[in-house]
Amino acid sequence: MAVIDLANPTRFLALVNRVLPWLVAATALVFAIGLYRAAYAPDDYQQGATVKIMFLHVPAAWLGMMGWVIMSAAALGTLVWRHPLADVAGKAVAPIGAAFTLICLITGALWGRPTWGTYWVWDARLTSVLILFLLYLGVMALYWTAEEPGRGARAAAILTLVGAVNIPIIKFSVDWWNTLHQPASVLRLGGATIDASILVPLLIMAGAFTLLFITLHLAAMRNEILRRRVRSMRLMQAQTMAEARS
Amino acid sequence: MNLGPHADFIVAAYAVTAFAVAALIAWVVFDYAAQRRIIGDLEDRGVTRRAQRKE
Repeated sequence: MAVIDLANPTRFLALVNRVLPWLVAATALVFAIGLYRAAYAPDDYQQGATVKIMFLHVPAAWLGMMGWVIMSAAALGTLVWRHPLADVAGKAVAPIGAAFTLICLITGALWGRPTWGTYWVWDARLTSVLILFLLYLGVMALYWTAEEPGRGARAAAILTLVGAVNIPIIKFSVDWWNTLHQPASVLRLGGATIDASILVPLLIMAGAFTLLFITLHLAAMRNEILRRRVRSMRLMQAQTMAEARS
Repeated sequence: MNLGPHADFIVAAYAVTAFAVAALIAWVVFDYAAQRRIIGDLEDRGVTRRAQRKE
């Protein structure tokens, strides 16, 4: 099957139906390994056992941002190429990205209280992630409240591309401004500054969450394609009934 | 496994994440079942999509 064939929703559905069981199994397996490694990872010399929150917080932060990057690519597909699956991909990923951003915010607050002495500060990193979450809610509102799906998709795509400015702000906020949040310690030019005994479980957990994200996104895209088929069938039903009356 | 003096915060973080992930999975699974059920009902009433008519 050529990649271009996946533009056809029926072929895309067939592929998703084949791939999903394998993705579910891979996600469960990598999560089992990751959680085991996270449970027995050594305590940090400063933070103690609270470092275990990092195994949730950091992957959730990465995926919250990745969701917006996927939505931005989908927005380009919607506005420039009018790709049939771009709009479906953008709409399906929004609630998943929002959920991961919310996990990032809550686990960050629960990690901040014992390590910083506060749940929240209005510094650049925390505020820009909160803005990302609010932007997700805005995009979801545009998608879900529009009477005509095409108009909602275009409005959501424009907001998505405007909101994409926030992604580099989140990433570099800890370098550009004075903040309570620590600077990058994994994705940095000089290499990771975390000891391997903690870095390896973190990367396995990041892999598990990424697999979960992909699985949920494909499943949500399948649901969205089916929802559009329902809409199309109802329109056909209404048209047939109108023709019968006239 | 000893979670130390801040065990409540660690357990709360894992509980919140588990709840959010479970909610996402439930949303995807129940939505799929709902859409399949509606399509089945419409097909039983003889409603088809334009693409199906061409086939």
